[in-house]
Amino acid sequence: MTDKETQMVTEKRVDIQVNGQACEITVPAWRTLLEVLRELGHKEVKCGCEKGDCGACAVLLDGKVVDSCLTLAWNAAGRSVTTVQGLGGPDNAHPLQTAFIEHGSAQCGYCTPGMIMAAKALLDDIPEPSLKDIKRGLSGNLCRCTGYTRIFSAIQAAAETLREQETTS
Amino acid sequence: MLPPFELLEPHSLDQALKMLATSESVPLAGGTNLLPDLRARGEAGGRFISLAALDQLHGIEHSDSRVLMGARTTLSDILHDPLMPTAAPSLVSMAKVFAGSMVRNAATVAGNICYGSPSADVVPPLLSLDAELTLASAAGERTLSLNDFLLDYKKTARRPDELLISVAWAPPTTATANLFYKLGRRRGDAITVVGVAVTITIENGNCTKARIALGSVAPTVFRAQEAEEALVGGPLTATTIGTAAQAAAQASRPIDDIRASADYRRHAVHMLVRRLLTEAWQTAGSQHD
Repeated sequence: MTDKETQMVTEKRVDIQVNGQACEITVPAWRTLLEVLRELGHKEVKCGCEKGDCGACAVLLDGKVVDSCLTLAWNAAGRSVTTVQGLGGPDNAHPLQTAFIEHGSAQCGYCTPGMIMAAKALLDDIPEPSLKDIKRGLSGNLCRCTGYTRIFSAIQAAAETLREQETTS
Repeated sequence: MLPPFELLEPHSLDQALKMLATSESVPLAGGTNLLPDLRARGEAGGRFISLAALDQLHGIEHSDSRVLMGARTTLSDILHDPLMPTAAPSLVSMAKVFAGSMVRNAATVAGNICYGSPSADVVPPLLSLDAELTLASAAGERTLSLNDFLLDYKKTARRPDELLISVAWAPPTTATANLFYKLGRRRGDAITVVGVAVTITIENGNCTKARIALGSVAPTVFRAQEAEEALVGGPLTATTIGTAAQAAAQASRPIDDIRASADYRRHAVHMLVRRLLTEAWQTAGSQHD
């Protein structure tokens, strides 16, 4: 083993795609993807428990939903990140976003970005989910306001919209 | 914020093993245990070896006689593997109630085993399947049973220079029932109060092999061997099942904690072992009707 291999690298340049945009950051090993995203201005990614219990920080990493508080920025190098903003905005809302509004699925709204990302991953995997599938898909997301009922109904409605879009396109 | 630490990023298994041999360091896989721990302790200066780039630790291979699972297999990989429902039914039941989606996408089988927690949900199913672990180091490889690997509370037989690289077991036949139940305060995202896995083989109406693995009720996940012995040699009846359930409860050494009392845990072991053995007898026993 050479000295070069054991030498401590404190900072590293990391290239990541965030919602389709190339970003270049230089960070130490202990910075999380969550911290980096918020520093880049992505305040839609929320910091909750920092333990993998609440899901407020959920984002898609190469299409898979992960807790960004438990993802090291270095491990996101060369990969593509999608936040709730990447799904759509006021002018081009994603069916999940529309359904959350129509069903009154947010109260304080803090859990909503993570909820929607976990729901997106679920629907990518299972386009026609049962209530059980939805509960399992969201088992890592805590909401202390809504009691979940309206979140579940929004996801069911969005799944239906997405399936209709699929058949008409 | 995480405290500062050093992260080595090997690109091959050989390189990783060399690093483990020459530097005091801890393998870092999904990070779902180690990173919250590091945050809670707030101690700077640790050194980790990232396993992210080690592709050879990924993947699940199935053959008739053996399932070989790479150490970096995630809980989601288990759920998405089309052959796993027959190769390890208990492991699939477990993965469905393991934490939440995001953690299932990151947490690895090896990480859950090596962390050595008594509430490690991956362990009871694999212990009930007589799983074997292969550990690699710069000096070579060795294979040992999962049962021998678990030593004490958060203590395993892994040497600091070793890396768990794979887990293997023989898939159950149609004469074998392999079941898991997790009792928690809620169905998802909860630390286990009691975890039970049973693997029961019934041949010609008699139990020929029994494994009962219990989680969260002793310093390590363990096999209730007296309970297993009470079952082998005859059919499972209400009496033998009752005796085994009693023996399993007696073998448990639970503690009182924030999630449940020791008394409740012991009671739950009795009830759950009885329930799973009854179900096992109905499923595996019915193959011969």
